[in-house]
Amino acid sequence: MSLRVEDLRVYYQTLEGEVKALDGVSFAIADGEIMGLAGESGCGKSTLAQSIVRLVPPMKLVGGVVELDGEKLPIDDFEAMNRHRMVGVSIVPQYAMSALNPTRKIGKLIKELLGARGISYRAKLPELENRLQLVGLPREVLDMYPIELSGGMKQRVVMVISTLLDPSLLIADEITSALDVSTQRAVAEMLVDFRDREIVKSMMVVTHDVSILYQIADSILIMYAGQPVESGPAEVITHAPRHPYTQLLVGSLPQVGVRYDEQPLSGIAGNPPGLIDPPSGCRFRPRCPFASERCESRPPLVEIGDGHSVACWKVMEEEDARV
Amino acid sequence: MLEFDSVTKEFRVGAFGRLTITAVDDVSFRIAPGEIVSLIGESGSGKSTIGRMILRLTPATKGTIRFDGVDVSTLGRKELKEYYRHVQGVFQDPFSSFNPVFKADRVFEMLRSQFYPDRSGSEWEDRVAKAVEDVGLNPVQVLNRYPHQLSGGQLQRMLLARALLLDLRLLVADEVISMLDASTRVGVLNLLAELRERGLSILFITHDLALGYYISDRTIILRRGSIVEMGDTRRVFQDPRHPYTQTLLASVPQMEWRWRDRPVSAAVPVDGDGTGDAEPVTVLEEVEPGHWVAVS
Repeated sequence: MSLRVEDLRVYYQTLEGEVKALDGVSFAIADGEIMGLAGESGCGKSTLAQSIVRLVPPMKLVGGVVELDGEKLPIDDFEAMNRHRMVGVSIVPQYAMSALNPTRKIGKLIKELLGARGISYRAKLPELENRLQLVGLPREVLDMYPIELSGGMKQRVVMVISTLLDPSLLIADEITSALDVSTQRAVAEMLVDFRDREIVKSMMVVTHDVSILYQIADSILIMYAGQPVESGPAEVITHAPRHPYTQLLVGSLPQVGVRYDEQPLSGIAGNPPGLIDPPSGCRFRPRCPFASERCESRPPLVEIGDGHSVACWKVMEEEDARV
Repeated sequence: MLEFDSVTKEFRVGAFGRLTITAVDDVSFRIAPGEIVSLIGESGSGKSTIGRMILRLTPATKGTIRFDGVDVSTLGRKELKEYYRHVQGVFQDPFSSFNPVFKADRVFEMLRSQFYPDRSGSEWEDRVAKAVEDVGLNPVQVLNRYPHQLSGGQLQRMLLARALLLDLRLLVADEVISMLDASTRVGVLNLLAELRERGLSILFITHDLALGYYISDRTIILRRGSIVEMGDTRRVFQDPRHPYTQTLLASVPQMEWRWRDRPVSAAVPVDGDGTGDAEPVTVLEEVEPGHWVAVS
């Protein structure tokens, strides 16, 4: 088991109160697995990605355990985490443009990064050139400033830097969202390539776009309002989801081949709840077409099939009726 | 209704404007009444520039844009105001379209002072309430509020309501749903389709092929300022003739087939269209009625 997250709770301290961005999140990523994490904005997916690598105020760890390869990560201790960053767990942030220091040439920037860890740049250079070639970048980018690179090139440079020390887990936070369609596919397929070449052992891909996850992920975790609602193999989540939220989310996705005049889609009525004082019980209850009284208590995430778990009372009842 | 006739737009860049960039290169198309035309292209393809030229936010370098047969660039102040009664734009980021210091419904008040100074207060309020309801919002929930109190989807609908208060005939919708969440974007998309049914023409500018396929009647694929393919949406998507269109369609993440089962050719540049040389000179050829493809 590469990553294990148990009952993670991370809140944001604000003037109005605590925003419960992650409120009891548990999941695991196996060795060699690419797990996709999807949900609407404000569901806590980026908070989850951030908190495993860089948990800084106003984020606050309230409870829970994060284990990487059997070792507990001190995620709330910024200094102690330094030992694990880049080597154990690494993140490719959403805006690659702001991740690169604009006053440094790419090569110098990498040299300084390695130097901070006591690693010789010269010794790493052959491997670095190797990796650049792997993502289709010329060696010359090392002598360029970030401003000289296009968005897709920057994104790939950041990918190479993040994975240079072969981290066990790579977290990719919305890395394809700002890219063009054709670049998007190239970058997403590089993620798979990095896993296949065992440069990284496992991966967590955070995105709002479920169709990208269908393309590259082995499993998908759907979050809603700070809690996981459904997880399972990518094929099951995209084509046979059971949680009403997942069904509505997947069903509201425009696809090439779906037209308004042939098959109009419907969105999900209402808006996600505020997380300072979220609804009790199932958090999707106010928007759920199947909500009933039993939904006033929080449904547990229960495994109903091979690696397929759902947090919904209705689904549990249907399963009980089937047995 | 709208005619875009051999329009070229050049920008001067660099010190003393020594370099010129051709953002839009000899583009011609028409939009008929009650038609949704989607303009699909990647960043730097000139799609937004076309929208801005129609809205007269930037002048064309060459060529003419005609609305009802009248050259838009010749409109004087008064005629321009009349033009804006019929042609309006809505853009990507709803939060930057509103002044955060004022309440969001100020956009309606400004519209009134500009276009309908003679309307009485209560009559105007009724019209605003009706327009707000027409875009699927509850007036009680959205009027009298500040922009930060409303969601992106609500603000985007407010801007559509504002446009509807005029005698709108053509809407330039530039990436209007890119910033919205999956659950709200379909609502705004369906709203645009409903407005079309009431006779509105829409130029739907997007980089997302799935959105274009969902609502548009005709599709224009743009690359580096030139049209590479244009025609009935279903034909362009089901029988793409230009290699670039084919590449785009192969790159869209779908849930019916996986990328790994259909590799793209290595010849495809991974860096989109931001870099590289200009498109070679091409002419549009009609491969079947109404379906045009660029050939060199």
